[in-house]
Formats: sequence, C-alpha cells, structure tokens
Amino acid sequence: MGLDAAAIHSALRARFGAAIGDLVGAGTNASAMVPPDQIHAVCAFAKSDPALAFDCCSNLSGVDYPKQSAIQVVYHLFSYQHRHHFVLKVNAVRDDPVAESVSDLWSTADWLEREVFDLLGVRFTGHPDLRRILMPEDWPGHPLRKDFVEPEEYHGIPTSRESLLKA
Amino acid sequence: MQEFVDGLIASGAVPAGVPAWVAYLGAMLVFGGVVVFGFVLPVAGATTWVERRIMARIHSRIGPNRTGPAGFLQWLADGIKNMLKEDIVPTASDAPLFKLAPYVVMLGFVGAFVAIPFAGPLIISDMNVGIVYVTSVTALVVVGILMAGWASNNKWSLLGGIRSAAQIVSYEIPAGLSIFPIVMLTGSLSMQTIIGHQGWAPWDWHVFDNPFATLAFVVFYVSALAEGNRTPFDLPEAESELVAGFATEYSGMRNLLFFMAEWGNLYVIGAIATTLFLGGWQIPWALTDAPALRVLLEFVTFFGKSYFVGVLVAIWIRWTLPRIRVDQMMTMCWKYLVPIAFVNLIGTAVWMVVFPHGVPAVRWALTAAAGVATLGFLRRVRYHIKRAKLQRKHLSFNPLSTARVPL
Amino acid sequence: MGLSGFEVSIERPTNGGGLSTEDMTLSMGPQHPSTHGVLRFVVRADGEVMKEAIPDIGYLHRSIEKIAEKVGWHGFIPYTDRVDYVAAMFCNHAWAAAAEKLGGIAVPKRGEYCRVIADEFCRIMSHLISVGSMAMDIGAFTPFNHAIREREYINDLIEELCGARLTFHYMRIGGVAWDLPPGWIEKATAFLDRFEPLIDEFDDLISFNKIFTERLVNVAVITPEEAIDYNLVGPNLRGSGVKYDVRKDEPYSIYPEVEFDVPVGRGELGTVGDCFDRYIVRMREMRESCRILRQCLRQIPDGPVIAKVPRNFKPPAGDVYYRVESARGDQGWYVVSDGTAFPYRCRIRTGSFTAISMIQKVSRNLMIADLIAVIASFDLVAPEIDR
Repeated sequence: MGLDAAAIHSALRARFGAAIGDLVGAGTNASAMVPPDQIHAVCAFAKSDPALAFDCCSNLSGVDYPKQSAIQVVYHLFSYQHRHHFVLKVNAVRDDPVAESVSDLWSTADWLEREVFDLLGVRFTGHPDLRRILMPEDWPGHPLRKDFVEPEEYHGIPTSRESLLKA
Repeated sequence: MQEFVDGLIASGAVPAGVPAWVAYLGAMLVFGGVVVFGFVLPVAGATTWVERRIMARIHSRIGPNRTGPAGFLQWLADGIKNMLKEDIVPTASDAPLFKLAPYVVMLGFVGAFVAIPFAGPLIISDMNVGIVYVTSVTALVVVGILMAGWASNNKWSLLGGIRSAAQIVSYEIPAGLSIFPIVMLTGSLSMQTIIGHQGWAPWDWHVFDNPFATLAFVVFYVSALAEGNRTPFDLPEAESELVAGFATEYSGMRNLLFFMAEWGNLYVIGAIATTLFLGGWQIPWALTDAPALRVLLEFVTFFGKSYFVGVLVAIWIRWTLPRIRVDQMMTMCWKYLVPIAFVNLIGTAVWMVVFPHGVPAVRWALTAAAGVATLGFLRRVRYHIKRAKLQRKHLSFNPLSTARVPL
Repeated sequence: MGLSGFEVSIERPTNGGGLSTEDMTLSMGPQHPSTHGVLRFVVRADGEVMKEAIPDIGYLHRSIEKIAEKVGWHGFIPYTDRVDYVAAMFCNHAWAAAAEKLGGIAVPKRGEYCRVIADEFCRIMSHLISVGSMAMDIGAFTPFNHAIREREYINDLIEELCGARLTFHYMRIGGVAWDLPPGWIEKATAFLDRFEPLIDEFDDLISFNKIFTERLVNVAVITPEEAIDYNLVGPNLRGSGVKYDVRKDEPYSIYPEVEFDVPVGRGELGTVGDCFDRYIVRMREMRESCRILRQCLRQIPDGPVIAKVPRNFKPPAGDVYYRVESARGDQGWYVVSDGTAFPYRCRIRTGSFTAISMIQKVSRNLMIADLIAVIASFDLVAPEIDR
C-alpha cells in the first residue's frame, strides 16, 4: 500500500529539483544523494508530506570513503503509516565533515548522530548535545575512520602488549 | 524465673554473704546467655539452612546438599567463613557508627527473647508489661539500620536505611493497634497472662475469639513481616536496586550479624504471634502430669507453632511474591492497615461489651471455617503434586543426561 | 467549628528562609546486580522521585563494527554472536543473509528451515531471560529460576545442534553449518509439548499477580507516536500498540510459509504502552514461537543445508540494509561491500540502542524503583547497545 521507490524519488525531485541525486538501487535499498546543507529540508518534507509520511528514521549510519574524500551519512527512512522505505545519502567533506542534524525531526536521531560523531567525526549542526557516546570523553581521534591509528596509550594504560608468540 | 532463683538461694546453692540482687543478676546473665547462645543463635543459623532448602525446592533446585547430611552444616561453614573474612571498614565512613550498627540491630532482636514465654515456667522475665517491652525493643533495629545507612557514606545505603526506617516506623502503628484487641480481651500486658487466658484447643485461641481478632491477626502478621524487612516488603534490601541496601558496605562478620538479625527476627515474629493469637504453649491437662514432661511438651508446642507461623510461612511468602514499591507500601500501611486496625480495636471493644464472655458458637464457627480452608488448601496441594508427578512421567525430557530433574 | 484557645500559628520565614532541599545525584552502575549488563545511569533524584536518569553507555564497546572490516566475510560470523549474546542466532542470521543478498546466493530450503528453527528457539531463550529478569528485578526470584530451568533444556537442544550454549556460530554464508542431528526433531517436539503448558504456569505464578501488576501497570506509558519517533522496535513497539513485525510485514527466509499471530499490547490492565504491556507481549510471543516451531519441525524438507560458497567470498560492490526480527526487535544491518574479501562497513542498529535513548525522557518523575521496572521492560542488553 505504500509508494514504490521511483514514486518517492519523483516526489522528492518534484519538490527539490536537481538537488536530489539519481535513484540508485532498487526495492528497499533504493537511495538518492542529497547535499549536506539541504538534508534537513529534505527530511522535513519527507516526514511532513502526507503521501510520504516517513515517521521513523530507522537507521543513521556513517561510512568513511577516503578515496572519494567524503564521509557518507546514510539515512534509512521508514514510514509506519504507508509501510514504504527510502534511503538518503549525504556526502560530507572528509576534511571537515558537517551535516545538518535531523534530531528535531526524529528524536531517535539524537543518539544515532552522536554515535556517528563519536566514531567518524561528523559534526551535526543544530544537534542539542553533540558529544561522544561510546568512547570516553577524552579519546583522541575517531576510531571508525579508515586511517585511524590507535594511540599508544590511554591515561597510562598501554593499548598493545607484546605478542606471547615471540620467543 | 524469680521463684527459681529464690529456691536456689533458700537451698543454699548461693554463698551466704552475697546479696539477693547479685544472685538475681547472675541468674539473669546465665539464663540469658544460655538462651542466646544455646537457642537463639543456633535457631537463627539453622533457619538459614531451612530457608535455603525450602527456597531451592520452590525454585526447582536442590539447595545446599554437600556440607554435612543434606547440607545441614552449611550454616556453620558460612559462619566460620564470615568470621575469617577481612573486616573492611571504608575509610570515608563514620567508623564508630559503622562498627556499632550491627550490634544495635542484634540488640534489637536478641533483647526480645527476655520476655518470650517458651513454656509455662520457661520465661526469663515475666514482666507485667511484657508485650509492650517486646514491641519497643524490636523497634530498636530502626536505630541500627539508620546508623548503618548513614555511616556507610554511600548514597545507596542511605536510601536503603531511610526506606527501612520509614517502613519499620510506619508499620509499628498497625502492629501495635493489632495487639490492643488481645490486650483488651486478656486485661493484661504480661505474656504469660495472655497465654493463660487462652486454652489448648483452637477454638480457645484468641485468633478465633471473634472476627475482629482474626482480622487483627492478619494485620499483625503483615505488619510484622514489614517490620522484619521481609518480602514483599524487602525494598530496603532490594537486591536489584541497592545491592544490599543499608548493608552494602558490610562484609564478613558484621554482614552476618545483619542477616542473623533478620532471620532471628522471624522467629520473634512467630513467637509474638503465637503468644498473642495462637494459644502459646498451652497443652491439654489430660496429657500428662509430670512437670518435666509437661515443660518439654509445652516447649515443643510453642516452638512448633512459632516456627511454623513465623519462619516457614514467611519463607513461603518471600519466595512467592514480588516486592512492592515504597509509595505503595506506605499507602498500604496508612490508608489500609491503620484504618482496619482501628476497626478491629473498636470492634473487639464493642464485642466485649455486648458479649462479655465471648460467644462459643462464633468461636467454633471461626475454627471450623479455618479448618475447612486448611483442608481445601491441602487438597489443592495434593492435586498439584499429583499433576506434577503425571507431568514428570509423561513429559520427562532430558536429552543429554539422565539426572533426575525436580519439577 | 473551632475550639477556642487551641489555635496554633506557626511562623514560617517566607522569603528565602526555611528548609532548602537539594537533588541527590546517584550513579547506578556500571556494576549493579541487575542482569542487564554493564550500563550506567546517572540519576538525579529528589528523595525517591527521579528528576531524570541519564544513561551513560560505552562500557561494553568492543568495536565489533571495525573488526568486521578486518576479519573478512566468513570470519566475522563468531563476532556477530557477541553483538547480542542473549539472542545470538538472529545476529548470525542477519549477517549471513546480508552477505548472501550482496553476493546473490540462494540458500537451500532445508537450510532456511534450520535457520528459522534455530531463530525461534533463540527467541524463546531470550524471552525467558527477559521475563525472568524482569520478575527478579521486581523481587520475585522464583520465576527467574523456573525460566532458567526451561532455558537449560533449550540449551541442551541447541548444544546438540551446534555445540554451543550461548554463542552459537551456527549459520554460515549460504546456509547453516550442521544439519539437524538424528532424533533431534522428536526431542524438540517433546520439549515443546512440555514447555507450552509451562508458559501458562508462568502466567499463573507471576504475570497477573497483584503486586507484580501494581508495579508495572501505568508505569512509563509510551504512546505509539513516541515509540515510532524514538525508533522503538520489537516487543517495545508492539507493546505500545503498533502492529509491526518484520517477519510478517517484510518477510524474509521462510516466514511466509508459516502461520502465526503478532501479539500487540492492548492495555488490558492499564494503559496501552505501559511496562505491563511490553511484558505480556513477550509472554505471548513465546507461545507464537512455539507455534512456528511446530510447523517448521513438521514441514522441514529434505536436502542440503548450505549452498556452495567460495572460501574467498567476494561479493560485488554495493550496499544492503537487511532487517531481522530479533528477540529485541528489528535489527538493521547496513553492510557495504567494495568487492574484496573484507567487508567495507558493517553497521548494526539494534533495538536496545534506540530503547535506551528513550530512558532519559521516560524516567522523568518516576521513582527509582520504577526505573528498574522500565529498564527491565525495555529488555535492554548491554552488548547490543555498545557493540
């Protein structure tokens, strides 16, 4: 009873024009790229439009693509009303990754964005409380990045030990 | 007890120059020591064994079964282990209060044994204010618990201590109010007189004297459970929230003292309930005349009744019911139990005025009703045991081992 | 009607004087006897009533998502067990299915049936722990022991199936590792015959006990809109009245071939969406799992249990978001492949993570004892939250 991916994509395109990228993938994995400074507007429309009615942000992931010098934030949206899915992807610049926060639209995005910030370093503008969630408050670096090098020690505790296999 | 010591002085067992009060004091200490070390502590310790075995069967497990026959020496082993443990006193705690608290709590419950009537002549001190003394002394544990909670310097202990203080102090009211109908019926506060007013037969017990007294028994029992910090009222030591409540920071012997106080308190509750409501140590005159045998039978009767009511039923309730929340507990006390206790008080008074000598028909009717209820309950137990046996035969299922599994 | 001469007036300083009270800040955890794992709540309380309980997570963070990038497609399967060790089969299933979707591999029918049988047994195991711990947190220790006793039987069954009692490592990319041993179906059916009446016994013992229901009814009511907004899933969501189950609405594996109902909270003893609803939904789901299991055990076809998958499994580049209905709700696995033998990114969004993010809001003006009930009713497990 929900719309299929192409219909959702055209509804978004109709509202935002060329800002929405082309439809990639099919079925529940159909996705479209969105610029990082428009994601909030797109999500607000996706949530409030009665035909789309994406009332749940099912997942918010970050993926590090150093080769494209971007950190991609992936939003999996789901509508309990219409039972349809869509995926929005945002490519944030890798050197200073910034994206708009959607935590005022979906309360679950609060913690999900904190996790992306903690592990990948993406700053979400407009987030009420952006701080580390899984790692300790004073941990240096963002562990899920592909170029993350583990610090030698943390508060005096060494992070590696001699291999027991060496003679 | 006083006659006994007078008899000893008269027969010359005490040296001539010693004043009488010294003899009395010495006798009190000796008898008190015998009661405490010979009776109270072993009973409290053995109760832990009883509780652990019964709890295990309710849980469909076995319980301690290795130390001694059927695990009976487990409590001795636990006692020795606790004595040998390191005595940790947190540096930031208030050390004098911290160390004193378990002793105050123990005092609260051991002190009650002075006035507990074990048999006709077997009472250390038959005070004329016996029952008031017992309730007052058992309320001392509040002081100990508050000391423990505060001195631990631990917010969770403090919460547990305050909850416990609120609980015990609140439930003193319905407990006390439930005692008064009995006092009115008997006309005296002395423990032996209260027992003397009852008879050996169930319809001569105070609990079946009139419906208000039956209700008073129920209210008293519930309030006493709350005072003893037993489930369903064990919020002060709620494990999942507060580790061990006020006793969190305690280890070794001090911890053991808290727990022994709890289990010993159960016996005190049973003893008071038996004295007031269930006829105490009364046995039929026709049974025997020999004094020693009489004392023995009376002791066995009293011990059996108080152990069953105080310990076994409390254990049963503890492992069946969940615990209620603090505000629900306070609501129950002040909005339900206190009004019911007042109704019992006034009802008993009115009953005594209208029927000065009681109504034997009502007594027999209440006894019969209780008997019918007990029989019905036992039949249900038999039905469940039979059903469990059938289930075990039909559906016994254990793919990898041949061990017998309790159902 | 007043008594003259008895009027008492009490002087109370009204401008700034009088007793002042402060809020207590307590730290609940990370070590405490609740069985839900290493979680910490910073509780600001005014006596017994909480102003707020702020969860502090990360004590069990094991960087499982980063490990996926290092150990390869096949090698990651034991790590998926540890994502939620209370209900480990679902994580195995999700990972294997996501990899199969990326690689375009079809699992043989018998393999799918074995997966669903293992999944549903795991669901019963997890729910037994959940309802048992909930009863234990409320103070009834007996139902916990009974639940663990039943779980031991399932542990024995699963041990016969795959050799492990907790972290199963049973599923592989392409199917399952081992076929059902001979006689296992009879034993499993005998267990179900024994277990289903015991769910009723459990209900008699604790579910409708007055004290238990008083602790749970009307506590932490979560409306369906709030539940969807905070992305609650599974029994938490269904307890609030939203009828959504991944097995029914977006079926995977062989779920379209089995019949079962989806229990939903109806507010029968209080309001829809209170702790009791979430609890009773789990009890009813156990019955539904028994139903599914009976059908699967009867309908299971013969055949191989695993498809041929190369050891050097290199699915083509792409990404997939695969959802399974785990015991704690819909687990979403977002897996990105770059065409090599090592996954590029594995992101796991678990039901407990989103549920715990709601505690701060739900805990306002609850009592501390209620916080325990709420945590238990959300069925939080620390490994799922922290990964």
